[in-house]
Amino acid sequence: MIDGRSLHGGSASGEVAKLNDTISFWGGIDMSGTIIDHAHPQAGTAIAGKIVALAGSRGSSGTPAALCEMLRRGTGPAAILVTEPDINLVVGAMVAAELYEVDCPVVLIEPARFDDLVAGEIVQVGAQ
Amino acid sequence: MHLSELRGRLEPEDRARQLAARLVLSAAETSGATELVPIEMAHISACHYSGRASLDFAEFLLRNNARFAVPTHTNASLIACATPTLRPESTDPESVAGARRLMEIYEQLGATPMWTCAPYQQPDGRPGFGQHVAASESNAVSFFNSVLGARTNKYGDFLDVSAAIVGAVPFAGLHTDSGRLATHLFRLQLPDSASDAERGDAALAHLVGIIVGRLTGTRVPVIDGMGSLGEDQLKAVAAAAASSGSVAMFHVVGVTPEAATLEAATGGHTPARQTVIDTGMLADTRAALQTRSSGSLSAVCLGTPHFSTGEFGELLRLFDGRSTRVQMLVTTSRAVLAEIEALGWAQQLDDAGVGVICDTCTYYPPTPTGVSGLVMTNSAKWAYYAPGTLGVEVAFGSLRACVESAVCGEVVL
Repeated sequence: MIDGRSLHGGSASGEVAKLNDTISFWGGIDMSGTIIDHAHPQAGTAIAGKIVALAGSRGSSGTPAALCEMLRRGTGPAAILVTEPDINLVVGAMVAAELYEVDCPVVLIEPARFDDLVAGEIVQVGAQ
Repeated sequence: MHLSELRGRLEPEDRARQLAARLVLSAAETSGATELVPIEMAHISACHYSGRASLDFAEFLLRNNARFAVPTHTNASLIACATPTLRPESTDPESVAGARRLMEIYEQLGATPMWTCAPYQQPDGRPGFGQHVAASESNAVSFFNSVLGARTNKYGDFLDVSAAIVGAVPFAGLHTDSGRLATHLFRLQLPDSASDAERGDAALAHLVGIIVGRLTGTRVPVIDGMGSLGEDQLKAVAAAAASSGSVAMFHVVGVTPEAATLEAATGGHTPARQTVIDTGMLADTRAALQTRSSGSLSAVCLGTPHFSTGEFGELLRLFDGRSTRVQMLVTTSRAVLAEIEALGWAQQLDDAGVGVICDTCTYYPPTPTGVSGLVMTNSAKWAYYAPGTLGVEVAFGSLRACVESAVCGEVVL
C-alpha cells in the first residue's frame, strides 16, 4: 500500500513503471501508452495499465487532453504517483472520470517513497 | 474570493459548471492557493483537436449549456478553414473532421473565433497591464506576462476552459507579485568588435530565447544587454523560451514593463543563478537548431507564432518585387489578414508566390501539403518542433535569409 496525499481519488493495483525524468504526455507518450520521447531514460517503456511513478509532467499544455485520451482508449496508467503536485495530470484524470467513468487515482508521495519503489513491483493504490 | 465561496455556489444539476469549478478548485488545492482571483479574459487551447477526448469534452460542455464568464478567445486550430487543401480530410479523416467540429462547438459556446496563437496582435485579444487572465498557449502566456504585464499561469487543456467558465483562477504563481520576480540572470555579451549586423541580427532574439528556455527550468529569467527590442522580437523570445523550456515569463532590462531596472526585475535580490550568453553559445545554438544548412529547399515556413502586420511589411520589402521559387507558407490570424488586405499587401504577397494561411500552424501534424524534405524557417520554435512533428529537415535563418533562399530555391545563409 502506498502512503501519500490523494490529488484525485480512486483505487488501483498493478505493476510499477518508474520514470526517472519528467515527461510530456502530449508528444512524449504515444496513444498506445509507450514512451516515445527519445531523450527520456525510460524511452520504449509501456505505461498502459501500470502504476506510473514520476516527479511530474512537463512542457506542453496538451498533457491533460493526452492523458484523458489514453484513459479513454484504455492505454493510460492504472494510477499515477507523483512527487510534485501536478495539476495537469490531475485534470486529465478528473475529466476522464467525468466523461468515461475511468478510475486513475493520482497520489502525491514523498521523494523517499519514490526512491524505494522498484520497477515491476506490484503495489496497491487506494485514494479518497 | 475564498475557495469555499465557489464551492457553496455550485448547483448539482449544472454539470458543466460543476466540473469546471471542481477542476479550478483542484488546481487551487494542488498549488496550495487559498484564494481565487477573478480574470478578465481567457485564451484557450482546448479548442485544438488532440484526440476524441477533446471533442467529447466540448460536446459535454455544449450538452450541459456551458457559458463563458469572461471574453474567451481561441488558440490556433489544427485546420485552416479557408485553405482545406493544406490538410486534406483524406490524409487523416478523424483529426480533420474532429477539428472542424471542435471549432464549431467552441463558437457555439460563445468563444471569439480568433484561431490565433498571437491574440496580442489584435486590440481585443490584448489584456492590459496588471490584468489577471487565463491563457494556455505557451508563447501567449509568456507574451501576456512578460511584454504586456498581464498576469497568468500556463493553464493546460480543460483547465483553461474551466477558468473561463468559472471566471476565476487560483491566486498563485505568476498571479502574485512575488511569483513574478526574476531569480536567474542572463547577460548577453557580444564582443566590442561585433558588427551592427551581428547586434541587429533578426535571429538573435530567437537564439537567446532558446538558450534562456533550456537553462532556466521553471524559474523566471531576466535578460540584460539586449538593447531595444520591438514586439516582434519579444514574441520570438517568448516563443523560443517556451519551446526549449517552460518559461512562462521573462524580463528584459530596460524593455519589458516590470524591468525598468535589473533591481526592479529581481525585487532587489541577488539572482540565484547567472549565465553569460556569448557568441560561442549563440553559434552552437544556431547549429543545433538546424538539421541541414545547405541544399535545395522544398518549402519555407514562416509565422510561428502568427505573423504580425509589421512582419508582412518587412517580408514584402525583402522580396522587393521578386518572387519565391519554392512553396512559401506564412501563418497568421484572420485579423492580421484583414489588415494586410486593407493595405493592398495581400495581392503583392500573392504576386510574390507567398501563401498566407489563417487559423493554424504549419508544424502541427498531420504534415501540411508540400512541406517535406528540407524546409527553411526564421522561427526557432518551428525549427525546434518540426523535425519531430513532421519528420522534415530544417534550415534556420533570419527573415532576410529565408527570402533570399526562397528566391534562389536553395539555402542561402
